[in-house]
Amino acid sequence: MTGTRLLLYALRRLLQAVPMIVIILIVNFFLIHSAPGDPVDVLTGSMETSEEYIAELRAEFGLDKPLVQQLGIYLWKAAHFDLGYSMRYRQDVTGLILSRLPATLLLMGTALVFSSFLGIMLGVFAARRPYSLSDNAVTFIALAGYSMPVFWLGQILLLIFAVQLQWFPVQGMFSLRVPSHGWARFADLMHHLALPAITYSVYHLTLIYRLTRVKMQETLTLDFCTTARAKGLSEASVVRRHALPNAMLPVVTVIGLNFGFMLAGSVLTETVFAWPGTGRLLYEAINARDYPVLLGLFTFLSLMVILANVLTDIIYALIDPRVTYS
Amino acid sequence: MSVVEPLAATEVAEMPSAWRIFRRNRMSVFGLVLIVILAVLALLGPWIAPFSPYSTTAGPVMAPPGAPHWLGTDELGRDIFSRVLLGTRTSLLVGLAAAFIATFVGITVGALSGYFTGWIDDVIMRVTEVFQVIPRFFLAIVLVSFFGANLVNIILAISLLSWPELARIVRAEFLTLRSRQFVDAARVCGAGAMWLVFVEILPNALAPVIVNATLQVGQAMLLEAGLSYLGVGDPSQISLGMMLQQAQQIMRAAWWATLFPGVALAIAVLAINIVGDGLNDVFSPRSRER
Repeated sequence: MTGTRLLLYALRRLLQAVPMIVIILIVNFFLIHSAPGDPVDVLTGSMETSEEYIAELRAEFGLDKPLVQQLGIYLWKAAHFDLGYSMRYRQDVTGLILSRLPATLLLMGTALVFSSFLGIMLGVFAARRPYSLSDNAVTFIALAGYSMPVFWLGQILLLIFAVQLQWFPVQGMFSLRVPSHGWARFADLMHHLALPAITYSVYHLTLIYRLTRVKMQETLTLDFCTTARAKGLSEASVVRRHALPNAMLPVVTVIGLNFGFMLAGSVLTETVFAWPGTGRLLYEAINARDYPVLLGLFTFLSLMVILANVLTDIIYALIDPRVTYS
Repeated sequence: MSVVEPLAATEVAEMPSAWRIFRRNRMSVFGLVLIVILAVLALLGPWIAPFSPYSTTAGPVMAPPGAPHWLGTDELGRDIFSRVLLGTRTSLLVGLAAAFIATFVGITVGALSGYFTGWIDDVIMRVTEVFQVIPRFFLAIVLVSFFGANLVNIILAISLLSWPELARIVRAEFLTLRSRQFVDAARVCGAGAMWLVFVEILPNALAPVIVNATLQVGQAMLLEAGLSYLGVGDPSQISLGMMLQQAQQIMRAAWWATLFPGVALAIAVLAINIVGDGLNDVFSPRSRER
């Protein structure tokens, strides 16, 4: 497909996401107003504030105006990336979230690459000898990984590898006396990243493994694979060149569709390891009743889920020649 | 054409053969036995617990697993075994209640959508899409922290966010079933919409519903544990997630406080997922051949 057509498709898909984003914002707005008590309590995040600041907030959000007008003001602010102000951090919510984002992306990205790669490998391995002892063993382990609460897995890894064996640091992203740059700093970062990334990978790994296994098993019995074998190709090359590319398509979809779950997993993982990302911010916001940050994060994470869905569709269109851009 | 007779014959043979397929998979039976044991323990929890789960005078502080305290005690000297029993009870309660409500809503919405089609279907599916995109864990956090952290709110928040998947499954089943001959036959006989939906179509769409509902129980239990771990659980109920949050403070001194609540939760969810997988094998025609 030509580049321009793909670009047009991507643009249209993005435009289709706009109503969804507006709906999320409206939900958010009604959450503020349906919470027990005065909306001002929500906007200040139950911090002690001066009368002037409250009056200022009332004017800013038009709280004495009709509800529809308030919604208009709210949407207008959101369209300008204004998600409110956190009294606790003395910072605007958007800036606060953006400052925490790189840590989350690093953790998610590392885990995603690692778990997708390993999950597909294991899935292919298990699918080649279905219902054999090794297949059953891996399948059971995968089911166990799938059933485990992610934060508990993190705690157990922490207990064994950080507290008992002391191979890894207990929490945070950098050591206290961290080298300011260069390889030493990078190594320190990786040292801190290892346990959270492994913890976070497990759920995703099992998901991708289970899916790849089923899809590979299906694909390997299809006619075109039989044809490839009849041509005299080795089983390894049938798997690698013919079956795998087909079986991988749904894996892409599943990563996109499960993005919301992945974000949830990152909140729990970051909380266990005190990893200073958006998830840890959410945990702090919950316990400090910092509602502007809580709602800002909810909006922001919803936005990320919607964008991930759009991105999935675009990637799908890129790698699957059968998709038409209509 | 004698369509009715062979259909009736297979229907009669369905139940015993389903149980036989399920039974053939030793793992599934193992999972089922585990669930029954856990359910009994949870039901009888308050009566089996050797100590009061709230009593801070039950034993020494942070006693390791041993004689009177099989799973040790926590930082306030409370008996962990008793607390795990009660926590599992809360987990199962939330999981079952949330899955039940989600299944009920999912079936209703999916049936409406798939039976009536047309604009009703369009509207319902748009709403379902919105619910699917909203990250449910975060909405649950917001809802519970705004409207109060109690069990009812937690169950409602989880179930409110869990029905869309099931609604889609039910809708898809209804779309294929509604134009089958046996439904047409009933319609020609003068059956009303209610009869068609509940007596003719729904029983035939139940297989994937049962599988999904089973898996929902485990998902809901994990969601509840995650919420209480983050501090939005019901503070008046002992929950495994809350126990794990408190255990993290004393992790260096008392590993048992972290290990056992998680083991209980993982076993419960694993057992449910194993049964769900087993049921899936029973109902998917492909696996009957092996």
